[in-house]
Amino acid sequence: MNNKIENTLFQCRAINKEFGNVRANNDISINVRSSQIHALLGENGAGKSTLVKIIYGLLQPDSGSMTFLNEEYSPKSPKDARALGVGMVFQHFSLFEPLTAFENILVGLDKELGEKELHASVIMLSESYGLEVNLSSFIGDLSAGERQRVEIIRALIQKPKLLIMDEPTSVLTPFECESLFKTLKKLASEGTSILYISHKLKEIADLCDTASVLRKGAIVGEYDPKKMTPRELGEIMVGQSLFEPKRPVAANKSNKVLSVKINEVKPDTQFGVTLKNIDLAVFQSEILGIGGVAGNGQEELMQVLTGEKKDRNVSIKYMDNDIEMLNPRERREIGLAFAPEERLGHAAVGNLNLLENSLITDPNKRFQMKMGFIDFSELNEYTNEIVEKFNVKTTGVSALASSLSGGNLQKFVVGREIGQKPSLFIVNQPTWGVDALSAANIRQAIVDIANTGAAIILISQDLDEILEISNKVAFLTNGNLSIPTNTMDIKTDEIGAIMGGISD
Amino acid sequence: MFKLIPRENVSPVLSLLGPLFSVGLTMIVGGILFYFLGVDPFAAIKMIFWDPLMSETFSTYSIPQIFIKGAPLILIALGLSVGFKANVWNIGAEGQYIMGAIFGASFALSLYPLESIVIFPAMILIGVIGGCLWSMIPAFLKVKFQVNEILVSLMLVYVAEQILALASLGFLRNPDGAGFPGSRNLNQYTSASNAEIIAGTGIHLGVLLSLLMVIFFYVLLFRHSLGFKIKLLGNSPKASGFSGDNPNKLIFLCLTLSGSLAGLAGIMEVAGPAGQINIDFNVGYGFTAIIVAFLGRLNPIGIFFAGIVMALTYVGGELTQFMLNLPAAAIQVFQGMLLFFLLSFDLFVHYKIKLKGNK
Repeated sequence: MNNKIENTLFQCRAINKEFGNVRANNDISINVRSSQIHALLGENGAGKSTLVKIIYGLLQPDSGSMTFLNEEYSPKSPKDARALGVGMVFQHFSLFEPLTAFENILVGLDKELGEKELHASVIMLSESYGLEVNLSSFIGDLSAGERQRVEIIRALIQKPKLLIMDEPTSVLTPFECESLFKTLKKLASEGTSILYISHKLKEIADLCDTASVLRKGAIVGEYDPKKMTPRELGEIMVGQSLFEPKRPVAANKSNKVLSVKINEVKPDTQFGVTLKNIDLAVFQSEILGIGGVAGNGQEELMQVLTGEKKDRNVSIKYMDNDIEMLNPRERREIGLAFAPEERLGHAAVGNLNLLENSLITDPNKRFQMKMGFIDFSELNEYTNEIVEKFNVKTTGVSALASSLSGGNLQKFVVGREIGQKPSLFIVNQPTWGVDALSAANIRQAIVDIANTGAAIILISQDLDEILEISNKVAFLTNGNLSIPTNTMDIKTDEIGAIMGGISD
Repeated sequence: MFKLIPRENVSPVLSLLGPLFSVGLTMIVGGILFYFLGVDPFAAIKMIFWDPLMSETFSTYSIPQIFIKGAPLILIALGLSVGFKANVWNIGAEGQYIMGAIFGASFALSLYPLESIVIFPAMILIGVIGGCLWSMIPAFLKVKFQVNEILVSLMLVYVAEQILALASLGFLRNPDGAGFPGSRNLNQYTSASNAEIIAGTGIHLGVLLSLLMVIFFYVLLFRHSLGFKIKLLGNSPKASGFSGDNPNKLIFLCLTLSGSLAGLAGIMEVAGPAGQINIDFNVGYGFTAIIVAFLGRLNPIGIFFAGIVMALTYVGGELTQFMLNLPAAAIQVFQGMLLFFLLSFDLFVHYKIKLKGNK
C-alpha cells in the first residue's frame, strides 16, 4: 500500500463544482499513479468533462484540492497547467485549417523555440511514438486521425507528465484507434501518465490499467478493467443492469423492400460529400447497418433516402415502385419512416410541444379531419401512447421538446416513427448521446419492428451498435458505400481496412 | 461590458404582461415628450386614451371611429402575423394597401355611371387581387432568386405611392373635379359605395369583415394543419422540409395572403371612409399594422385588442391635434415608442443581463 502512495502522480481531493442548481462534480477524489493509463468512465453528463477542465485549468473548482508531483496544484489557466506538466488533447480539435501541421505546432507553443530545433524534436517524437504526420500538409487536407496526431505532438512537445485525452476515438476508424492505442501504451511505459476519458467500454478494457467510474457527478468507485467484462463495467457506469438486444432472427430474402442505386450525387454545399457508386438493398425483417466515420456521406445519404434531396441520378425502388421523385410526406404515406440524426431542429423542433412534434411526421393525414383541420383528440391519444410506451420522461405532452433531455427526446422521435408501423424504417445515429439504458431500449425497439416484418436501414457511427443488431453491414467512405456483407462473416480487421481504405 | 444570457424558464405571465407594460411605459415617456412640446402631459394622455371612450362630448363620434380606424389595422396585421410566424417579413403592406385601393377603384370608376349589384362584390375581389399581385413581386423574387423580401416589399411601397400620385393626377382624376387632384367620390356612386351598415356611425362592411377575419385566422392558426405548417416553417425550415412541406410554397402563400388582406383593407377604405383615390389616401396603416401584429403577440385575438388600442391612439391623437395643437408627428413617435418598449420588454423576458467583470 505504501508503494501505491509513493507512486501517486496526481491526486484530487473532494472536488466540488456547481453550475446553477446542477452539481456537476460532487466530492470527487481520484488518484492517478505514474506510468499508468487511468480511465475516467461515465455517461454523457456524468461530470467527466467538468473534472478534466478543472484539472487543465479551464474551470476553477468551488472547493477541493489537488496535488501534482507531491505539490499543491491549482492552475488558473491552461497555460499554468502546461507549464507544470499537464497536457490535454480535446475531443474537438483546435487547429488552424489554413496553416500547415508544423505551423500549428509552432503557434501552439508557450515558450520560444527555434524553428530548426523544434522541427528536429517534432520529427523525433513522431518517429519514436508512431505519430505519422506530413508536417508540411495543410490541416484542412488531413484526416481526423492525422489531425489528432498533430494535436498529440503539440501536447507532447511540452513534455507533460500527465496527458489528458478527451474521447479520442470518437472520430477515428478502427485502424486509427489501434495505432493510437500503441502510441498511448508506449507513452505510459516511458513514464507519462494518461487520463483517458471515454464511455466506450471495450477500448477501456483493452487499454487502461485503472478505471474511475463517474455517475451523476460523483465517483462510484475505482475498478480494474482487465478483471471485468465490458458489460459489468457498463452496469456500474449506468447503475442498472443492462440487456443486449439480439439481431433479428431471419431476413425474408424473397421480399425485397427497398433497393437504392446512386451513380453520383453532388452535394448542395462545398463542404458536403459527393455520393457515388452506392448500390444497396434491404429485405423484410432485415437490419442493414451502414457504418463509417462521421462526415463520409451519412447526412447526404439520409437526405436522398428521406426525399429532402431529390436527384435524377438516383434510383430508389420501394416494393417495385420508383419513389426517387417523391417528397418525404409522400414517402411516409406509402410506409416509410425516418429519424434523422439531428434531433433538435430537424427531427423535432424545440420550440414546439410534443403534440406539435407528433404532427411533423403525419403519414396518411392520421391527425387530420376533413378539410385539413387537426384532430386533437387523436393527436393527444397517439402522443400519450408514445410517451408511455417508450418511457419518455416529460411533464406531459404539452411540454416543449426543448425541455426534454437528449435521450428522452430521442426515445420520443424513434417512438413517433415506430408507432406509425412503417414497412421500412431508416434511422441515422439512433443512440448518439443517449444514456446506455435508453440506447439499449431504442435498439430493442428497432429489432422488435424488424422481427414483425419491417426492413431497417441503420446508419450509425457506433460500430458496436451496428455489429450488435445488424444482419448485414456496409461502410461509407468518402461517399462510397462498400458492398453489404453478412455481419456474422465479417472480421474486425476487415472493417478497419474497408473504413480506412480510401481515406488513407 | 455586459452580455445577454437566454433565460432557462421564460415566464408566461411576464410574456403576457409585455403589451400592458409597454403601453404604460409609452404613456410615461410619451407624456415627457408632450411636456417638452409645451403641452400638459396629463391632459394629452387623458385625451388620447380616455376621452375618446368616456367623454360625453367626443365618445358618440369617437367609439365608432375607433372601430373604423381599427378595421384596416386588424385586417392588415392578421395577414402580416401569419407571415411573421413563418419568418417571412412583409414590410410593404402599405404598398399593397394602396394597390388594392387603386385596382378596386379603377375597376368601379371604369364602369361609372353604370349601376349593378355585381359591381360592389367584383370591386372588392379586384381590390384583393390588386394587393395580392403587388405582394407577388417580392414573393416571386424571394422564392426564385432568394431576394430579401423585406427590402423588396418596402421599396415597392414607394413605387405604389408614385402610382397613387399618377392615378390621382392622371388616369383616375375626376373629369368633373375642376382640375383638382383626386378621383370621383365612390360614396356618390351607389353601386360601388362601401356604405355604412349602422346608420349614423360610419361603421362599414370592412369593420364586420375585420371581426370575421379574427375568427377565421384564429381557426386557421390553431386548428388547421396549414397553420401548423406555417408555424413549423418559422421555427425550423429544416424540420419543415423533413415533414415534406415545400418551404417556397409556404413563403409564397404567406406573402400573398398578407398582400391580399392589405388589398382588402385598401378597397374597403377607398370605397368607404376615404371615398376617393387621392395623393394623401394612405396614412400609414400598413406600417402601423406591423406594430399591431407584434403588440397582439401574432395572435388573432391579441391583434384584435392591439388594433383597438392602436386605433385609440389615432382617434385620441386627432383630438389632441385640434384640441391641444399637438403635431401629428408626435403621435407617430408615440406609436413607435409602443413597439420599441414592447420589443425591449420582450428582450428582458427572454434574456437576462450579465455584467462581465474580470474575476
